[in-house]
Amino acid sequence: MAYIEARGLHKTYGATVALDRVDLQVEEGRIVGLIGANGAGKTTALNAIVGLTAYAGHLRVLGRDPWTERDRLARDVCFITDVAVLPRWIRVSQALDFVAGIHPRFDRAKAEAFLAKTGIGADRKVGQLSKGMVTQLHLAIVMAIDARLLVLDEPTLGLDLLSRKQFYDALLTDYLERSRTVLVATHQVEEVQHVLTDVLFIDRGRIVFSRSMEEVESRYQEVFVHPDRLATARALHPIAERDGVGHTVLMFDGADRRQLAALGEMRTPSVADLFLAVMSNRGPREQGAVR
Amino acid sequence: MNDVEVPAVQRLSWSVRRELWENRSIYLAPLSVAGLVLVGFSISLFTLPSRTRAALTLSEPALRQAIEQPYLIVSIILMAVDLFVAVFYCQDALYGDRRDRSVLFWKSLPVSDLMTVLSKASIPILVLPLVTFVATVATQTVMLLAGSAVLAASGMSPSILWSHVSLLDISRINFGHLVAFHGVWYAPFYAWLLLASAWAPRVPFLWAALPPVAIGVIERIAFNSTHFATLVMHYFLGGGEMTPGAGAPPMTMEMLTPHPLGQLLISPALCAGLALSAVFLLGAVRLRRVRGAI
Repeated sequence: MAYIEARGLHKTYGATVALDRVDLQVEEGRIVGLIGANGAGKTTALNAIVGLTAYAGHLRVLGRDPWTERDRLARDVCFITDVAVLPRWIRVSQALDFVAGIHPRFDRAKAEAFLAKTGIGADRKVGQLSKGMVTQLHLAIVMAIDARLLVLDEPTLGLDLLSRKQFYDALLTDYLERSRTVLVATHQVEEVQHVLTDVLFIDRGRIVFSRSMEEVESRYQEVFVHPDRLATARALHPIAERDGVGHTVLMFDGADRRQLAALGEMRTPSVADLFLAVMSNRGPREQGAVR
Repeated sequence: MNDVEVPAVQRLSWSVRRELWENRSIYLAPLSVAGLVLVGFSISLFTLPSRTRAALTLSEPALRQAIEQPYLIVSIILMAVDLFVAVFYCQDALYGDRRDRSVLFWKSLPVSDLMTVLSKASIPILVLPLVTFVATVATQTVMLLAGSAVLAASGMSPSILWSHVSLLDISRINFGHLVAFHGVWYAPFYAWLLLASAWAPRVPFLWAALPPVAIGVIERIAFNSTHFATLVMHYFLGGGEMTPGAGAPPMTMEMLTPHPLGQLLISPALCAGLALSAVFLLGAVRLRRVRGAI
């Protein structure tokens, strides 16, 4: 069974189409990055998946309809949408008490062990913590829940570099060491790309690119081409081109590796570069999601 | 995967506890006002013997009034606190966490919107009246004991107090008024405020006030009548069930007695009020589901 299965997932806000008949599948054990520009539909898609927003079309998460069964699904699905949404009045110990009281899969000792490492005292109020610490606290709670699916929507937006690194380090060492299923939407692609098993690009409410990381590595190549060989290289139909220092970087999809090797130094493109290449081929964004 | 679940009662009880953590005024307000009342009362103790001696010369109804009045005032003050806290609690209950975006955290947990709304509705309907009841009876007990001690020390018999103020009566009257009337009877008002709190984009209290005021104004202009306003006011004042009994003397504890309490609880007006509360609360549940962070 697919953990997330969407067919024709559709959502409009007035005249604005936020999700345009999206098909999407996330299998058990995959760590999927959902990448898109602001307003591309990432948050709407994730909100539909965790039961925060109504939708049209078919959507099943762990076999259930998230809109009508949010609270039932919340036993198996954890999510962090937005940064620092813990209420300011709550004490760290109260937050743990509450989640321990109502969540069947919460391991309090695990959350406390994680918090001990961060130095966040149990009697502190969330309002007294920095934004980075609030995020760590939220992560401590989420990681102590033995969930089947974790959904993250820009969990580090607006945090400083150090806090972002701490967040992903913790996620990596403590959480992802077991086989997990994660769907993460973020702008900061470079911070997550080494843990992803799949990437999805979303643009104007549509999934425009969906590949496993193995596919990305085997199909896409970036070549640093010297100006002398540029004409030859262009004849091989690059999908994107950008200027470097003393050379031009050309990106190829499924081109012959031996031919490419003759043109210059090769490497696998970063997800960010791939995203930019795919988006530039889709024409200007100014038309926007509004029809 | 095995289907583990926390019992609903346990989830509800943690949800109510959560409300008490967030809104400490639910117990701090009645307790601190009770404390203030006791400070005032202890100052008045200096003149208690002389006042009591003077009251002894009065006729029985006047004597009763003189002795019971401080106890009645304590009940009324704490009832006003109860109402005040309840109104402020309700209008913020489903609005505050949308405003500070913590609704995104609460909704990530396995607590249904129905349970969230019920836990919040239980505060003004049940928890707050019970807390105020305990605070009131405790205050009045302390007053009675301290008063007796002062009278005894000045060589008078405290029985004059005890014959007019019985702890059993005080408990019964306060319980009836606070829990049955301020809690259950007022449920439609609280439920309406919770509905506004779940709906309002901002200032929920004003949004709550707007429709009833609009209905009243339109009715007045269109039909030159005030049936709606009269109906609401009539219900607020107890729908005729809270009118003091014909023989009850003014300014005594009996003034607060529903006449009789049983009649209040089986009255059709209360049934209608509770039905309306249910409609408002279901509306609040629906809105809680649909509305996200502001």
